[in-house]
Amino acid sequence: MTQAPEITFAGQATIDGATLFAPLTLSLRPGQWTCLLGGSGVGKSTILRLIADLETGATFTGTILASDTKPVENRVAYMAQEDLLLPWATVAQNITLGARLRGETPDPSRLADLLTRVRLTDHATKKPAELSGGQRQRVALARTLMEDKEIILLDEPFSALDAQTRADMQDLAAELLRGKTVLLVTHDPAEAARLGHAIEVMSPRGLTACATPSASAPRNVDDRETLETQGALLKLLREQST
Amino acid sequence: MTRYLPALIATVFAVTVWQAIVSITGLPKFILPGPALVAETWWTNRAVIAEHTFITFIEVMIGLVLGALLGAITAIQLATSRLARMLVQPMLVFTQALPVFALAPILTLWLGYGLWSKVAMAVLIIYFPVTSSFFDGLMRTPPGYLDLAKTMQATPRAVLWQIRIPAALPSLASGLRLAAVYAPIGAVIGEWVGASKGLGYLMLLANGRAKTDLMFAAMLTLGVLSILLHWAVRTATVRLEESHSGRSRAQ
Repeated sequence: MTQAPEITFAGQATIDGATLFAPLTLSLRPGQWTCLLGGSGVGKSTILRLIADLETGATFTGTILASDTKPVENRVAYMAQEDLLLPWATVAQNITLGARLRGETPDPSRLADLLTRVRLTDHATKKPAELSGGQRQRVALARTLMEDKEIILLDEPFSALDAQTRADMQDLAAELLRGKTVLLVTHDPAEAARLGHAIEVMSPRGLTACATPSASAPRNVDDRETLETQGALLKLLREQST
Repeated sequence: MTRYLPALIATVFAVTVWQAIVSITGLPKFILPGPALVAETWWTNRAVIAEHTFITFIEVMIGLVLGALLGAITAIQLATSRLARMLVQPMLVFTQALPVFALAPILTLWLGYGLWSKVAMAVLIIYFPVTSSFFDGLMRTPPGYLDLAKTMQATPRAVLWQIRIPAALPSLASGLRLAAVYAPIGAVIGEWVGASKGLGYLMLLANGRAKTDLMFAAMLTLGVLSILLHWAVRTATVRLEESHSGRSRAQ
């Protein structure tokens, strides 16, 4: 795999003439996690979907550039809040979905390796309905990794999980996505404080870059500095929403 | 057994009411025969009824298979082509505004008195419910799946066969369940207009000769045939959906 690029998003978006977000610049540092934190409706998911070249309903004026000048949209892997597993396909078939949709033959050794890494080897032939919420999200993570893309776009992927499963998934994702350029859109200050190499708070006033704890991500859930960052982020969110 | 108890009670109740009306009003048997007489007629004519039932059954089965195939193909065409949607959709609605049984004499003229004019009626009557329910399913693919497929650079063909069609199969199944009820109606309308075999023909024949008891026997046989058909299709589609989604449906 080639070195993950830096992504620079610059521009503004409107919906039916009304401003969704004013001109802003967001840089995703190469091989690092950028957490985009904000309340509902500020347009943080729109930024992610614009980078993925997905339908947004908004009109975007601006540029999305990669540091190596190659196009961005075909080098992204996407993971959403819903696991988006196909209920009729097995775990293994879901993980290899991308290859099958492109008419390619999935690499069996890579699949076996990923199943081990997300601890689902014994579940490979099961259907998603037989799995727990956390297991399903691990299948989705394996499917994202199977794509072997340099840019990973995560749209609140852990927000529907219970607290301890969420922390487990955060650890696993941080470990498995090391070296990729990651954009994590979230409304959870704790998540941003644990995972971000860079944290940007998005509000109707624009982006605010925030200090990150000194420990390396993923940070311990009870790390004092991480908890302080979490508190500071929540305070900032509350101030900016008024 | 308790599953069938309500149906059994309802049947006993209906037969009792039927017998009561016959006993109280004292209507002659060519106006309203009692249940006992109908049962007796059914038994003495069982060979004739079986022969005609078999013919109707064959017409319905061929009609169901052809209608389901045609409906499914049309739905896929409509779902994949904007041009097809623009051209065909208004026509499809227009054909539904026409009473299908008004076409029965023409179909008999075109296709003859034999099997095929009845098959055509059955196809016509089930084509729309199959097409429209499957088409609705194909157009309602969860948008998240399509987003995912787009980021994976999926080909439109792969999206159709691996995501949109499997996701729409439950809708197709509900269309087929409707079709199983409508198809016998189509076949019998065809037989009514012109035939020498089938339950519809037998009903018309019996009616014309004032053999009302035989008419009732044939009609009840048709009802039982429809119920069995619906039950078979429902069982098959429910089983299909279960294996499809990997979970068993709560009873």
